[in-house]
Amino acid sequence: MSHPSHSLSAPGAPGRVCGTTGLSVCFAAQRFIKLNAVSGIVFLLLGGIAALLLALTRWQTVHLLPVDWFYRILTFHGINMLILWILFFEVAILYFACTTPLNCRLFSRKIAWASFGMMLTGAVMVDYIILAGRADVMMTSYLPLLAHPLFYLGIILVAVGTLTGVFNFFATLYVAKRDGAYTGSMPIVTFGALAAAIIAVVTLLHGAVVMIPTFTYSMGWTAQPDPAWYRLIWWGLGHQSQQVNVCAMVAVWYLLSHITVGARPINEAVCRTAFVLYILFINLASAHHLLVDPGVGATWKIWNTSYAMYLAVLASMIHGFTVPAGVELAMREKGYTNGIFGWVTALPWRNPAFSGTALSLVIFGFLGGITGVTLGTQQINIIAHNTLRIPGHFHVTVVGGTTLAFMALAYYVIPLIFQRDFIFRGVARVQPWLFGIGITMVAFGMSFAGSMGVPRRSWDIDAQGVYGPAAHLWLGVLGMGGILAFTGLLIFALLCVGTLFFGAKIEGRAMADWGTPPALAGSQPGSLAHDHYATKGTIVLTLAFLACFAVYYFANWKALADVWPVR
Amino acid sequence: MSLRPLTTPWFHGPAGHEKIWLGCAILWCFVMSLMMPYWHFRGKQNSTGEAYTVKPADFFARTEKFVASNRVGTFKNPIANALMTELPIVEPPAGGDAYLMGRMWQWYPALRLRKGETYRLHLSSLDLQHGFSLQPLNMNFQVLPGYDHVLTLTPTSTGEFTIVCNEFCGAGHHAMTGKIFVE
Ligand code: HEM
Ligand SMILES: [Cu+2]
Repeated sequence: MSHPSHSLSAPGAPGRVCGTTGLSVCFAAQRFIKLNAVSGIVFLLLGGIAALLLALTRWQTVHLLPVDWFYRILTFHGINMLILWILFFEVAILYFACTTPLNCRLFSRKIAWASFGMMLTGAVMVDYIILAGRADVMMTSYLPLLAHPLFYLGIILVAVGTLTGVFNFFATLYVAKRDGAYTGSMPIVTFGALAAAIIAVVTLLHGAVVMIPTFTYSMGWTAQPDPAWYRLIWWGLGHQSQQVNVCAMVAVWYLLSHITVGARPINEAVCRTAFVLYILFINLASAHHLLVDPGVGATWKIWNTSYAMYLAVLASMIHGFTVPAGVELAMREKGYTNGIFGWVTALPWRNPAFSGTALSLVIFGFLGGITGVTLGTQQINIIAHNTLRIPGHFHVTVVGGTTLAFMALAYYVIPLIFQRDFIFRGVARVQPWLFGIGITMVAFGMSFAGSMGVPRRSWDIDAQGVYGPAAHLWLGVLGMGGILAFTGLLIFALLCVGTLFFGAKIEGRAMADWGTPPALAGSQPGSLAHDHYATKGTIVLTLAFLACFAVYYFANWKALADVWPVR
Repeated sequence: MSLRPLTTPWFHGPAGHEKIWLGCAILWCFVMSLMMPYWHFRGKQNSTGEAYTVKPADFFARTEKFVASNRVGTFKNPIANALMTELPIVEPPAGGDAYLMGRMWQWYPALRLRKGETYRLHLSSLDLQHGFSLQPLNMNFQVLPGYDHVLTLTPTSTGEFTIVCNEFCGAGHHAMTGKIFVE
């Protein structure tokens, strides 16, 4: 046998041709996309059950869990959601992005097994030791809090496993390029995934630097690392990993807006530059977790959060324009040209992959982006640090943004990779709305309670005697939103798992269509390629966004100016 | 196309609406970047991170000495399962140093301050990390063991203020409170 070609169109290549898209799918990649995606969804469900318990405890009137279980479940929720669900699903996305779009096969099955094995072992270790009550330290495990060594070891294993998967991704890209599996430049989806993978490497190295000495300390082998040093390096892991999520989410936006309405990036050069900005600048933004810490000076804080972070913010503002602009352009080319917003009403709102993408973009941009940049402003952080405003912010980025985008993706991944059509398609159509509206309520409840000073990570708000009826009301909104969001999450998990067992098989035929807007008579694809003023709706929307941003931003400066002078 | 390699040249500068948006976005990032240095020099609320390393035992000794020489009264703590049912009320000299120590699960001692005076408030922890959260003002600072975090603080309103802990510090975290009275 000759040296096997890595191209999937080579004769005898271990793959198949997709009956829906006509693209080739590598069998090895397909297997590991399945394994990683399903594991991710299982951890999402575990984290979701924890979420419901937490929401029903912070809803002060219900106050469900006893104190020790509240902190245990909070630790469990943070780890299962932010680390396990997100990482497993992202590895699945990486395996997809480096094979099918480039028409090539996965570099190594053995490495993929090693990666998956380490991640799963680590995950089981961490979950076990948390539920056993030996690691009530929150996912941040700030020293001198100390967990059982298995907790740190489990996290290290998950991180190394992920790095191994990322290596497989890089190797696949390298071999594809070397063997000429494709010609031209890699598509934007792969490019976005590549940016995510590069940031992931830097992130996970920070993780190693901070977790290994903490593990050896927990074994009694070395002295305790300094708590301030720990915070600095830990956030090199904790914050940058969020940028991995943003990159992956944006890549999914490009992918799904293309699949559901035929959008294309309006300017490849600008979109790609924005991804590069993420890679270059985001690591410095970890500083915004230390804005009211002792021992780090004002200059350091301002430099890292302004110049550096805002170039990454700029990147998000670019994608926030180019993704809807691509959609608008595609719709106008299909003939939906009425007025400024006529195309919006014609969008496939009943297609869950589309509604999930659109909600993800709006929730992430309007709510997550605006709150994040404002809370991360050096001085404004004084009136926000460690209050519920912080989880209020990240439940609209990594949950309403990333998680919802990943859910939307599953509505195509499962039919295309597992080759089964979804069961209960009518229920699937409302799922993104339920989850999106629920999590928005959670975030509003948290943010408003937080502006009234309610702390995050606190079992009770009556003992202190300072929080009034308004704070209790907003915690009620959090609780009710939590029930809605949990229902959305549960439906998602049940639909996915149910489909794996009971969905109608689609071998050799196209998947059932979720609904895409048809081109109207007389319309012409590509007709607006050279009209740079065709995206009227998008420019109006983004300018409205900027106005909201400015109002929220300056209102917070005003609120800051009202508290005691402090230096 | 988003899903297949690009085979035609794709490098174009921004144009039209995209250029307008890019301009607005860059301008806005620039405004935000300038706000922070502006506030640093002109604004009154800043976190400078002034801090000195200190051994927990030494900080404890300084706090005890501060309490012994400036005590003005006693505060009966109404919080159930608080670490101490009685706290000394201590009034630092105007312009002077005040010490506030966090430990599981109490802020110690209670402080009495005068409106309009400026104090150097030293914050540190004897055990885990804690969060200094002054309510109902909602001003928040991180407190670490081994670091003496100094806030130069000027109360501008009077009344009873509660310090809540907002960094997780174990099962009694929610009940970890302290008091500042301003006259
Ligand atoms: C059904 C949806 C969800 C609900 C109702 C929910 C609710 C909550 C609540 C009530 C808290 C506790 C806040 C506090 O007391 O400090 C929390 C914390 C948190 N959640 Fe969620 N959540 C949901 C989904 C998610 C998802 C999908 C992620 C990540 C992808 C996530 C990440 C986190 C993180 C990182 C924390 C902070 C943990 C810590 O403080 O250590 N959540 N969530
Ligand atoms: Cu505390």
